[in-house]
Amino acid sequence: MDAAVEARLRPEVVHRGVAPGIPVLGVEDLRVWYGAQPALRGVTLEIPERRITAVIGPSGCGKSTLVRAINRMNELIPGVRTEGRVLFRGQDLYGPGVDPVEVRLRIGMVFQKPNPFPKSVYENVAFGLRLHRRLGRRELDERVERALRQAALWDEVKDDLHRKSGLELSGGQQQRLCIARALAVEPEVLLLDEPCSALDPISTARIEALMEGLKRDYTLVIVTHNMQQAARVSDFTAFLLDGELVEFGPTEEVFTRPRDRRTEDYITGRFG
Amino acid sequence: MTAVAVEQRWRRRLERRKAFGRLFVAACQAATLLGLVFLAVLLVDVVRDGAGYLRPERITNFPSRFPQQAGYASALVGTLYVAGIMSLIAFPVGVAAAVYLEEYAPPGRLTRLLEVNIANLAAVPSVLYGLLGLELFVVGMRMGKSVLAGALTLALLVLPLTILSSREAIRAVPFSVREAAYALGATRWQVVRHHVLPYAAPGILTGTILSLSRAVGETAPLIMLGALQYVPFLPRGVLDYFTVLPIQIFNYVSLPNPEFHRVAAAGILLLLAVLLALNGTAIWLRNRARIRW
Repeated sequence: MDAAVEARLRPEVVHRGVAPGIPVLGVEDLRVWYGAQPALRGVTLEIPERRITAVIGPSGCGKSTLVRAINRMNELIPGVRTEGRVLFRGQDLYGPGVDPVEVRLRIGMVFQKPNPFPKSVYENVAFGLRLHRRLGRRELDERVERALRQAALWDEVKDDLHRKSGLELSGGQQQRLCIARALAVEPEVLLLDEPCSALDPISTARIEALMEGLKRDYTLVIVTHNMQQAARVSDFTAFLLDGELVEFGPTEEVFTRPRDRRTEDYITGRFG
Repeated sequence: MTAVAVEQRWRRRLERRKAFGRLFVAACQAATLLGLVFLAVLLVDVVRDGAGYLRPERITNFPSRFPQQAGYASALVGTLYVAGIMSLIAFPVGVAAAVYLEEYAPPGRLTRLLEVNIANLAAVPSVLYGLLGLELFVVGMRMGKSVLAGALTLALLVLPLTILSSREAIRAVPFSVREAAYALGATRWQVVRHHVLPYAAPGILTGTILSLSRAVGETAPLIMLGALQYVPFLPRGVLDYFTVLPIQIFNYVSLPNPEFHRVAAAGILLLLAVLLALNGTAIWLRNRARIRW
């Protein structure tokens, strides 16, 4: 597609030219309840563009709830109530007239447990593309290949793209397939909810290397309860505790000079 | 107590613990065998009575006053005809209801009420469905004692079973797969159409076939409906009179001439063959197409 046409159809593409570091997502006083149980008690933070932001904290602190609120996945769970605002390039994603389908198209997600479809590798990646656009065979093939290359999976699956089911891949490959599937629809933000917690160290290292490369084009938010991982891959770190944001800042500062006592206790392993 | 004494006591108790375990396994094995033994007794009994009578004319002939010539042609065709039309009705309605309850119905009191009542319907005696069919279809809608009335009545009978088993199959599709599709920007319809239904299909089919085979063995509701016992012709349209295998068997059994009891036994073997074919298909589908998540 011609760049000018693409810019007209997807105005956000133009913004990719803006210097990195500008906030792309603004979370404002976000509160989420599961029934009567509060999960987030007023979280405010800004997620910078084309950077990796890590969300850390002990189990049950609301990390997953926070990232799932960003692409409106929480509302699939019955009994969830959300208040506050999530601004995406200035637009409130919870505002009237905003369709969650469009939100999820522009803000992709990778889950904790690899969840490929029980279809071929090719169909896994092509599914999202087919949902939204009618593409010719050649273009579909190209986009599937591009996404698989971006996810560093192409060389391992190119010989039986159509024969092998996504479920036949190894755990690490499955997770990279899920990343490829999410990248195929060209979101601007990719949310990763503990993407490595079910993987071995080698697969984890591959995914971390992959994220490093992806941040040239995408804004990434990764939930992890592995603090070394947060320190290794992220540019910014948010520390959540009991549904509240305790600390948010450049990763190096959060890990070397935490301002809050609780952050220090957590990252030094005194609890959590 | 010395350490040695403590250990000896522990060993004695270990023996007892293991003995209880063996006893439990033996009880379970006996329970399993019990069912199989009765099935075997039934089979042997029926085969002894009916095998000699299981000849081609049982399938090609119509009912007759002479046991040697009495056959099941109209009953066999009637069974297949009624079961076929019944499936055409019960399958889409049952699957649609299951999809609604699982994927769309808002959780709440009304949905709970619907669910409980569908489960209750599955337990309603089949005779009552016969009465309902007589009232509603045969008399009310003036269908007469026709294939259509029979199929509709049986469809009502198996509908709760179809809904329950389809819901079970739909629920077996993991939430994580639905989430994956939603996260790519799929609408609810696209999630159902491209993921839930295809992945649940083997389970839905298996459950539906099993409930279908229950209907094929039903006698009471069709007798209530007034299905004829003597049908010397094949039904050609949905509004024709009909009979089915269980009714024909019941008819032969109630005749005084003992020769007819052997004709009935041959009919039971025919019915068993039909049921076995259906259940076999269900098992084959389940093994072939099931997805291991």
